This record gives sequence, C-alpha cells and structure tokens, in this order.
Amino acid sequence: MATAKLSFADVALTVNVPEGTRIIDISEKIGSGITYGCREGECGTCITRIMEGGDNLSEPSALETRVLKDNLAGRNDRLACQAQVLRGTVKVKPG
Amino acid sequence: MTSDFAPMAGHAHPTPQGAVQIAEGVHWIGALDPDLRSFDIILKTANGTTYNSYVVRGSEGVAVIDTVKAPFTAEFLAKLESVARYDEITTLVLNHLELDHTGAVPEFLRRAPHVNIYVSPRGLQVLRALLKDDFDSYSVTTVETGDTVSLGDKTLRFLTTPYVHWPDTQCTWLEEQNLLFTCDLLGCHYCDGRLFNDRVGDFRFAFDYYFDHIMRPFKGYVAQALDLIEPLEIDMIAPGHGPVLRAHPRDYIAQYRRLITKRLASETGDEKTLLIFYVSAYGATAQMAGAVYEGATESDDVRVSLFDLEGGDVTPFIDLIEEADGLIFGTPTINGDAVRTVWDLLSSLVDIDTKGKLGAAFGSYGWTGEAVGMVESRMQGLKMRVPEKGLRIKMHPTEDELEECRDFGRRLAAHLAGRAVAREIDMSELLGS
Repeated sequence: MATAKLSFADVALTVNVPEGTRIIDISEKIGSGITYGCREGECGTCITRIMEGGDNLSEPSALETRVLKDNLAGRNDRLACQAQVLRGTVKVKPG
Repeated sequence: MTSDFAPMAGHAHPTPQGAVQIAEGVHWIGALDPDLRSFDIILKTANGTTYNSYVVRGSEGVAVIDTVKAPFTAEFLAKLESVARYDEITTLVLNHLELDHTGAVPEFLRRAPHVNIYVSPRGLQVLRALLKDDFDSYSVTTVETGDTVSLGDKTLRFLTTPYVHWPDTQCTWLEEQNLLFTCDLLGCHYCDGRLFNDRVGDFRFAFDYYFDHIMRPFKGYVAQALDLIEPLEIDMIAPGHGPVLRAHPRDYIAQYRRLITKRLASETGDEKTLLIFYVSAYGATAQMAGAVYEGATESDDVRVSLFDLEGGDVTPFIDLIEEADGLIFGTPTINGDAVRTVWDLLSSLVDIDTKGKLGAAFGSYGWTGEAVGMVESRMQGLKMRVPEKGLRIKMHPTEDELEECRDFGRRLAAHLAGRAVAREIDMSELLGS
C-alpha cells in the first residue's frame, strides 16, 4: 500500500502512514496537542492548522466545509477527525 | 413601564413586579432565582442569581436581547408582554446559546415566529440543536464584528467575542445609547431585585469569583474581547447575570483587565519554565524526579522547578502552573491508579488555560504501573501536548535507569526550548500504544 508522511510540529515527530489515514488516527497516539470533541466532524474542536501539503489531503466534505465556515476557520485549517492523508508529506500543528 | 418593587415571599430581597426600565426605550425583562445554590455544578451561588433579558424599542422595530432559563419562561413572557406586542417584535439577539439564556427561546418563537434571529457564526450549530426540526422554519442570520441591525432610531452593532466563555459568545452594542449587552462577560451570580449596581448589596466578591471560575480559563479571549470593548464610550453594561452596571461601568472593565494580568511577575524573560511535581511512597519516584530535574536543568534556556506535592496546597500550584510552559508529573501506581494528590491537582487545572503546554509523566511501580498512562491521558484531555512517552521504572531505579530519567529530562527541556531532535517512525510502531 502506498504510504505518506504525516508530521506533527508540536511534538517534532513524523509518522509514515498508509494513504487514507485520518489525522485523528495518529495524533492522539503520539501525544500531539490536537484535541477532539465529537469526533464526527460537527463540533469543530479539532481544527488543525495545515503547515505544508494541504493539497495532499482529501477534499473537505460538505459537512466539514460548513463546520469550518461556522467556526471562522482560516483557509489552511482542516478538521483532524475528517481530513485524510492521500499522498506525499503533510505537516500539521494544533489550530 | 417601570414597576414597583416588593419583597419576594420568604426572601429578604425586593423583587421587580414587572419589566424595569433601565434606559430610554430599554427594559429588563429577566428573572430572579434567589434559591439557586450551585450553578453549572462548579460555582456556589450564596444568594442565587439572575437571568437577565432585555427589550429594546426603536422607531421601526423591537428587539429582545437573550432570554432566561426554561423554568422562568412564564414570568419572562409576562414581562415581555407588558412592554411589547409580539407582532411588534422584529429581532431576537442571542449573545450566547447556553440554556440559562435560551431556555425560553422555543416558547418565545412559538409566539413570535416571524422574528429575525441573530447569532454569531459559532452559535449556529447550537441554535440548530436547540430548535431541532423547527430550525429551518425560522429566519436566522449570523453576524460578526461590525454588522448592524437597525431598529429605526436605534442601532444594534455586534462584537464577536468568542470563548467568553463559549465559542459562540458575542456582545451587542446599542450605539445611540452607549449601552453594551455582554451576556456572561462582566456578569456575576448575585441575586438582588434592585438590579442596578449602585442599589444592590455588595457583590464585588461575586464579580471576581465568577471571573475566576468562568472566564479565567479563557484569559486570552477575554483580552481580545476587552480590546474590542475598551474603545467604546460606555454609559451602561447590561450583562446576562447579576447587577446592571450603570454606575462607573468602566471600573468593571478595568477590573477584568487586572484579573487577566499575570498574577506572578516572571523574571525569566524569554526563558521557558518547567515545573516537576512528584509524590513518592518509598522514595523511588522521588529518586526519579531528582534525576529528571538534573537532566532538565542542564539546559540554560529552561528554568526548572521541583516540588513534592505532599508539601504544597493546590491553589498556589494552580497559579504557578497557569504561567508555566511545561509540567511533568511523577506518581507511583497504587491500587492501579495515580495517587490522589496528583489527581487533586490535575482535576483543578480545569480553572486555567493549559492548552498547548508541554506535559509528561513518570513513576515507579511494583506490579502494574498504569498511573503514568492515566496522567498522560488526563494531560491530553487538558489540551496539552505530550511529546515523550512516559517513563516507568519497576521498584527503585538503578544507576542506568536514573540516567534514563536524566535523559528524559533533557529531551523534555529540548522540546520546551524548541530544540527537540525531529524523529520519524512507522505507524506500525504505534500499534498497541
């Protein structure tokens, strides 16, 4: 299976992950400060700043787009419980 | 119409018998709850609280600003009906969607379904949950700082002030009358039917107490809110709880500014501060703590302090932690758990902002050693980053194990100073973790 690199700036750690991995699948296991509420894309608690490689993430769904807008998120922000790493390198930090 | 005041049955407090005019064309239509003794579980309310709602009458519209807790819906509607007909009401402003301010919203909307509802963007999802299937039948507009609603000769201007104390919170400025509706900001739990701060009893303790338990975890957001509010020429502040601040309103804003200012002056400048707390039953975790301390103090750019939790009280440690950049907890595992002294402090950290602080845990154990992982989970729940896997040592540490502790301290100090060596791992290494 193709792999990608997911880097967490706040804990100085990069994890090699299979494509399709959600940020939430990794961030909690490695102690990143990204925090979660509903884990279903509705609350906006896990807004995460994408520092590099935003194009390597899955497109936001209609729900994620709406929640990001409702929460006044910036254009480099995504929901960690929704965004999947598809390829290449993605670098993130808590939003 | 200004009503008479009369003592409430069984209570010393006078209570308004109807709507109370607080400014020309502006009435208080809230409710008194003198019997409440605990609010949101976390606050004591020695003489109850008030749920303040207001009506603003303009030449071309009437606005209701916030409502009350559900059990007080009938008296809220009665006061409202004494100053406005439902068909006159054009606007419902919800500065905060928590249930003590929105409990009467569904019933109000059944009587005035035509009104335009104004909430902050973040308020939308909570309003959707509040109104359920009826949500789509109402006119809802999201507003941000600078947006206005005209009532003819009066204008409501919105200020987006998130996290004071929910993501949705906002303030509403009645431009022509220099009157600011703040909902929970600048409020307090103090019940006195005389309503105005120059007429009620001494509520100063309640004002600071409310800040400490509701606003303190959001000091950074309070600062942003004050930045928006301070330039206004304010004649009156009408909060969602407690007295209406018409005498010296700016003094209360100044008090908030004092309360968000660091309680302990730091002499460390740009240095990072790291606190190590430990509890030890047989001295093993204390040995580990000493070694972690030794390792961390090798860094010139990190100021490290070491505390035995059994020698201190929770409150001053919370003040210290609020200003610190990193926290390390050492705890033995006793009966499969971290020790109570550690939990007492960790559970109290809900009163301050710990988001983004560095956290770590270590400890000696005899059989199972779960305590370290439990403390790490709690720190993650407090929105802290936990970059190093906790260090557990069975029984007393050997000299090699003490060196591991020193190295643990060195690595944590490096993380704090932004000098951590970047690592790369495969996801398979996380399995089972």
